[in-house]
Amino acid sequence: MTIQFNEETFRDDYSFYNSDWAIKRFPFPFHEDSYMYSVNMEQHRGGPKGSVYEMRFDVDEHYVSEMKDRELVLADDPLRCQSLPHMTLAGWDLLELIMVSKSEDYPDLFELHRDGNHWRWINKPLGIDDTFTFLDETTLPYGPMEYITRQAQGDFCVLDQRDEMLWMDAGMVTTQADWSLDFDIGMNFFEWHAPVPLAHEMGIFKRALKFLLNVQQGAPARRLNWTMTVNPLLDTSPENYHKWGIQKTTLTPENLGAKQHLRVELQTFFRLPRSNALVFPIRCYLISFQDLVTIPKWGRRLHRVVRDLPVELATYKGFIDNRPMMLDYLSKFDDGLPTSPGVFPDLDTEPPLSG
Amino acid sequence: MSKFQFPESIISRPVYGTLTSRPGKAHLMIADAEGAEAILDLAVQDAVLMAKSHIIYIPKGTGETYTTKLRALKPAQFYEGPSYEASVQRLRHVLANAHQGLQVYLAGTEGLMGQAQNEAMQAGIPHTSIQTEHRGSVARRMQCVHCKGITEDVMHDPFQCAHCGLHLFVRDHYSRRLAAYQGVRVDAEDHGNIPEPQELYS
Amino acid sequence: MSAAPQKAKPGAEQIPVTVSAVVPLNDLVTRFEFKRRDGKPFPTFSGGAHTVVTMNDDGRTRLNPYSLMSDPSDTSTYAISVRRDDNGRGGSLFMHTRVNVGDEMTITYPVNLFSLDLRARKHLFFAGGIGITPFLSMIAQLELMNGNWELHYSVRTEALGSYVDELRYKFPNKVHVYYDDKSEAIPLEDLLDGQPLGTNAYVCGPKGMIDWIHATAESAGWPDAQVHSEEFLAPAPGKPFEVRLCKSDLTIQVGENESLLEAIERSGVEAPFLCRGGACGQCETNVVSYDGEFVHRDHWLDDEQHADGSKIMPCVSRFVGKSLELDR
Ligand code: HEM
Ligand code: FES
Repeated sequence: MTIQFNEETFRDDYSFYNSDWAIKRFPFPFHEDSYMYSVNMEQHRGGPKGSVYEMRFDVDEHYVSEMKDRELVLADDPLRCQSLPHMTLAGWDLLELIMVSKSEDYPDLFELHRDGNHWRWINKPLGIDDTFTFLDETTLPYGPMEYITRQAQGDFCVLDQRDEMLWMDAGMVTTQADWSLDFDIGMNFFEWHAPVPLAHEMGIFKRALKFLLNVQQGAPARRLNWTMTVNPLLDTSPENYHKWGIQKTTLTPENLGAKQHLRVELQTFFRLPRSNALVFPIRCYLISFQDLVTIPKWGRRLHRVVRDLPVELATYKGFIDNRPMMLDYLSKFDDGLPTSPGVFPDLDTEPPLSG
Repeated sequence: MSKFQFPESIISRPVYGTLTSRPGKAHLMIADAEGAEAILDLAVQDAVLMAKSHIIYIPKGTGETYTTKLRALKPAQFYEGPSYEASVQRLRHVLANAHQGLQVYLAGTEGLMGQAQNEAMQAGIPHTSIQTEHRGSVARRMQCVHCKGITEDVMHDPFQCAHCGLHLFVRDHYSRRLAAYQGVRVDAEDHGNIPEPQELYS
Repeated sequence: MSAAPQKAKPGAEQIPVTVSAVVPLNDLVTRFEFKRRDGKPFPTFSGGAHTVVTMNDDGRTRLNPYSLMSDPSDTSTYAISVRRDDNGRGGSLFMHTRVNVGDEMTITYPVNLFSLDLRARKHLFFAGGIGITPFLSMIAQLELMNGNWELHYSVRTEALGSYVDELRYKFPNKVHVYYDDKSEAIPLEDLLDGQPLGTNAYVCGPKGMIDWIHATAESAGWPDAQVHSEEFLAPAPGKPFEVRLCKSDLTIQVGENESLLEAIERSGVEAPFLCRGGACGQCETNVVSYDGEFVHRDHWLDDEQHADGSKIMPCVSRFVGKSLELDR
C-alpha cells in the first residue's frame, strides 16, 4: 500500500480533509446507540485489513501534515515534550518499539538497519536518513523519546510503574483533548484522571489500573475515547485555550456540518522491555459531521448518542452549550431505523437514509 | 486556632493531616505563620524529638508571636527566615547532606508546604512519607496554564494573573511538581465577560 | 469498542525454547540456559523480571516462575537458576532430575514484579541464598547504565554460595558475602544508617529475612516505598480438596501436589493468571459459597478480603473443609 499524503493544515485556514478512504476507515467509537464510560479494553493484535486497528502504529494520509503541525507547536512551546531524568531508558525502549514496528509494518515507507548498537533509520515520507548509536543520547539531535515522537502521529505518555501504580513521568503531548502535560507530569494514574466526572465513582479507574499494571511485553492492549472539537484543530491544549476557546462560539446551523468534528482517540498500551515502563500512545482522528453522516449507520447512531449523553459528560467534553445545535443538525440523519451492532460502517447491509 | 476543613474535592487536590512523631535519625520541620502551632503540638507528643530536630520557620507577618515559643522548644537547630524564598538555599543544603531516615514535617499554608515538599521530593524522599498539616491562611498558589506564571496567595475566584493579566478561574486540579493549582482563562468562550470575584470557600 | 474481538489468552505470551545448557553449581542449585527454537532473538527485559517455565511431567503440566538471571541485553540466551526443593511439589525436582540439554520446553515472555526504581540515588541489594537470582540481572542492567549499587549476600556455607566467586571477581568493592556457618550476619542497622537520601533497598530471600529488613528499615525511618521485596511463593502442597466450579458446572479434585489453579486448568477450564506466585492479582476468583477454612498465601488480597472469604487466589492458596464453590 502506498499512501498519498495530504497537503493540509490544522490551524488558521484549516485545510484538513479526509479522503473517502479515510472516512470509511474512521475509528467510529460507538458500538451501540448509547455511550457511557466503561473499562473498554481489548488486546491490540491487529484488526480488519486496512482498518486503523491493523498495525501497531497506524500511518495514514495525515502523517506528514500532522508532523509539521507538531513541529510548530513545539517551536512555540517546548514544554509540550518532557521527560523526567529517570525516563531516558524508557525513551530508548519507545524508539526501538516504533522503529521496529513501522519498518516491519510499512517497509516501503520506513527502514531500520541494525548492526549491534549501530543503527540506521530511514523515514522516507519525512526525508530522514540518520545513523546513531542505540542507548547513546549524544548521537541523536533530541532525546530518544522526542526524536521518535517527532516522527510518529499522536501523543505519547510514558508511564513509570512503581508501587503498584503508574506515574506520568514523560510525554510528547501536542494533540490533546484539553489537558496539560506540563501540569500533569509526575502525577499518578488517579491524580491525572482527577477531573474526569463519574468514572471514579463507578470504579472504572481502579479496574483500569489493575489491568494496565498487568499489560505484558508482547501483549499490547487498546481502547477508544472521544470528544468534540470545533474546527479540525489538533492542538486543543489548555495552554492555548484562551485563543481557541472562542472558536466554539462560531458554530451556526449553516456551518456546523463542516466545522463540527468528532474527535476520536485510539489509545494503545505497550509494556516497554528494558525500563518496565508502559507507553500510552494516544492517536487522534478527526472527522467533520458532514463527512461522518455519509455513512448512514454512523449518522443515525451519533444522533442518538449525543442526544442521550449524560449532562456531566457533555459538560466535561465541552460541548454542552452547542449540543442543541448539534442535535438539530444530526436529527436530519436519523430516520429512526435500527442500527447494526459494532463499530464498522456495514455499508453493504445497512439501509440508506430513508425519507 | 481551629483548623480549616477543606471541602471534599477531586483526587489530585492534596489532603493534609496532623503531624505525628515518627522514628528517624533526624527530623526537619518547615513551617510558616500559624504552622508554628502544629510544630508546638508535635513537640508535646514526643519529649525527645526536638533534640534531633532542625526547624526552619517563616513568620510571614505573625511577628514574634511564635518564634519565642519555637525557640523555647530547644530544637537542635533553629532558623527564622524573612521569606520562603530566602530559606530555599539553606533547605537545599540540608537536604543534599541528609541521610535515609530523615523525617520531614511541613506545616502552615498550602504554598509553603507544596514548595518545601517539592524540594524534599527532588532530594529523594517519596511524597507519601512527607507529613503535612495545614494551618492559617487558605490562600492558594496558582499557576496560569497559559503563561505558566505563578501567582501567590490567591484568595479570590476568578483572579487576575500577576504575569499576563488574564482573568483566571481557580481549579482544584493540583500539581505537586509545580506546587500549584491550575488557573484557566475564565472568559475564553466569551471575551470580556468576567464574573464578580468571590472569596475562596465563601 | 470491539473492533476485532479476540479472546484473551491467560498468562503471558509463550516462547518455545530448547535447553542449551544445564550447569550444576553446587549440591542444591543448577543453572538452565535456553535458546529460542525459531532462531529469533529473545526480547530484552528489565532487571528483576521472571519467566514462567512450563514443564510436562508425565502428562501433568507444571508452571513455575523463575527469575531471569542472564544479562537483560543478551538476546541470544535466557538463563534461570533452580534450587532443588526436596519437600516441594516437585517442580524443582523435575527440573533437576528430568531436564537435559536439547529438551524442548516453553517459557513465557518476561514479566517484572520486582523492578528497579530508576530514580534511586543508590541501590542497596540484600540477597539470601537462591534469592540472588533477580539481582544478577539487575546488576547487569545497572552496570550498563553506570548505576550506583551494592550487594549484601547471605549464604549458608561456602559450598552453597551460588555465583559468589564470579560476583566477587567482577565487583570486588561492591559485593559483600556473609556465611551462616561462620556465624556471619548482614550488619543491617549499620548499613541502613548513613545512606544518602533517595537510596532504595531491595530484598529477595526467605520470608524471615524479608520481614527483618522491612521492620529494621521502618524503625530506622526509611520510607516504606523505598524498600522493595520479592518472595517467590511456590504453591505449597496440602491436603487434597474438592471444588465446585459453578460457571463451568464441574466438580474437580485438587490433589496434594498441585495448586488449585493447576487443577482448574487440568479440568479444561480456562482461568486467568500471570505470575502464579500470588503477586499479580490476575487469577483473583470470587467465592460463591464455602464451609471450611481458607489457606490464603497470596500477597494480593488485603487482610479484610482474606478474612471475609469472598475471594481466593487459586495460584497459591488452598482450602480445607467441607465444601467450596467458585465463580469460575
Ligand atoms: C495509562 C494510560 C492513560 C493515560 C496516560 C491517560 C490519560 C488521561 C488524561 C490526561 C485524561 C484527561 C484528564 C483531564 O481532564 O485532565 C484522561 C481522560 C480519561 N481517561 Fe485516561 N488515561 C489512561 C488510561 C485510561 C484507561 C485505561 C481508561 C479506561 C477506562 C481511561 C479512561 C479515561 C476517561 C473515561 C477519561 C475522560 C475522557 C472524556 O470523557 O473525554 N484512561 N485520560
Ligand atoms: S496468577 Fe498472579 S496472583 Fe495468581
